[in-house]
Amino acid sequence: MSALLPLPTKRDEAWRYADLKALEAVWPKLDGPEKIAVAAGESASRQISVLPIIDGVGIVDLDVTIGDGANFALHVLAVAADYGRIQVKVTLGKGAHFELGGAILGSGTQTLEIVTETIHAEPNATSNQVVRSVLAGKATGSFLGKINVARDAQKTDAAQSVKAMLLDRTATANAKPELEIFADDVKCAHGATVGELDKQALFYMASRGLPPELAQKLMLQAFIADAFVSMDDDAAREAIESKALEALEHLS
Amino acid sequence: MLKIENLHANVGDTEILKGLSLELNAGEIHAIMGPNGAGKSTLSYALGGRPGYEITSGSVNFDGQDLLALDPHERAAAGIFLGFQYPVEIPGVSNLQFLRESLNSQRKSRGEEPLSGAEFIKLAKEKAGLLKMDMDMLKRAVNVGFSGGEKKRNEMVQMGIIDPKLAILDETDSGLDIDALRVVGSGINAIMRKPDKAVLLITHYQRLLELVKPDFVHVLAGGRIVKTGGPELALQLEEEGYEAVAA
Repeated sequence: MSALLPLPTKRDEAWRYADLKALEAVWPKLDGPEKIAVAAGESASRQISVLPIIDGVGIVDLDVTIGDGANFALHVLAVAADYGRIQVKVTLGKGAHFELGGAILGSGTQTLEIVTETIHAEPNATSNQVVRSVLAGKATGSFLGKINVARDAQKTDAAQSVKAMLLDRTATANAKPELEIFADDVKCAHGATVGELDKQALFYMASRGLPPELAQKLMLQAFIADAFVSMDDDAAREAIESKALEALEHLS
Repeated sequence: MLKIENLHANVGDTEILKGLSLELNAGEIHAIMGPNGAGKSTLSYALGGRPGYEITSGSVNFDGQDLLALDPHERAAAGIFLGFQYPVEIPGVSNLQFLRESLNSQRKSRGEEPLSGAEFIKLAKEKAGLLKMDMDMLKRAVNVGFSGGEKKRNEMVQMGIIDPKLAILDETDSGLDIDALRVVGSGINAIMRKPDKAVLLITHYQRLLELVKPDFVHVLAGGRIVKTGGPELALQLEEEGYEAVAA
């Protein structure tokens, strides 16, 4: 049914990145967010490589609280859904760390989004978000990263790196950092690029005997690997990377 | 082995090669010298099949095949190796992975069995040793963070691993210090100075030709070969300049 409905976040600027409440009219099945609490001093991680898709719509909604000195690593793959969104709200305690690695891999008319709201509520907390998108056809991939640094959250160090690779000129990538900073002694770095596969590199690889599809695969594999390089658990990293590779094969 | 006849090639709307003819036989090393803008790099890219280098007329025959009908990766599998003047960086892709995939793609298209990981590492170690290159550099991403000289040395390690029939080396000597030039020169000799192989050396300078002695020297000017001679022609060019010799 949903495939017949317009995808509100695709073209309309007012709807793009709309919060999930605003989408309830279109997809009324939404429950509240899943709550995750990481106790002070603990480490936790979560990998999401498959979205819970119903009627083409796959939504993950997380509300994470990271206690003082605790650590939470989230690695996600936004793939396969007609409309997919991974939405995460994170509140960091004193000296806590949040790590996000995400890949958005879409083709056809897919609309895939990663939306984060990172609240640095206390001092000395750090966050690092790396998102890599590969988009083909008429797909749209979006990242919205809100970072909120409270008045007392001195020595906050928050970083975002967002890069998108368009395989076709008809694909769309959106990247929007949104920083709201009330403390004065903080570091908030954000970088975003949108590009195409390096044609010089493709010819160089062909000149060594690599067929174009294999050259492209090697380059895309390297490109999205950035999103998962922060994973300590080799087996978990290989699992999510192999899911990502599967999705890449379907793109071109 | 390679027969180029009356080759015309455009880059954009500009004709760069204007009726170039050249023949290389197995066992021969040919040097191509010429002033800036003569079309030396265009020749190497046109032979490699780089997009944007449009052949408007003429023919290129390689080992009995119409080279121009092949895609770039098929030319490589047919036995042509292009040594780049400016080797390209490929972030995130290790040299070893890149070369193993490349070599095995070539072998596959020739109907040969792929090399196993162990066989490949042994081959890579041998060729890296020949070019005095540290194996650690082969584990790093292709050319990323390499100096100009290291990139050129890496080109030669790649050539050694791929073991082509014909190497077209575009200013492989530029950016090399004297010691590196010597290593690269003896690498070219060790890998390519064989009765069943041939080399087309594109260079500006005599110094590489002292190490890799050419059988023929050609002067490329205005998009065609204007003069051909033996090694003595390179010396004459060095002394008198292109204008005097090619006039």
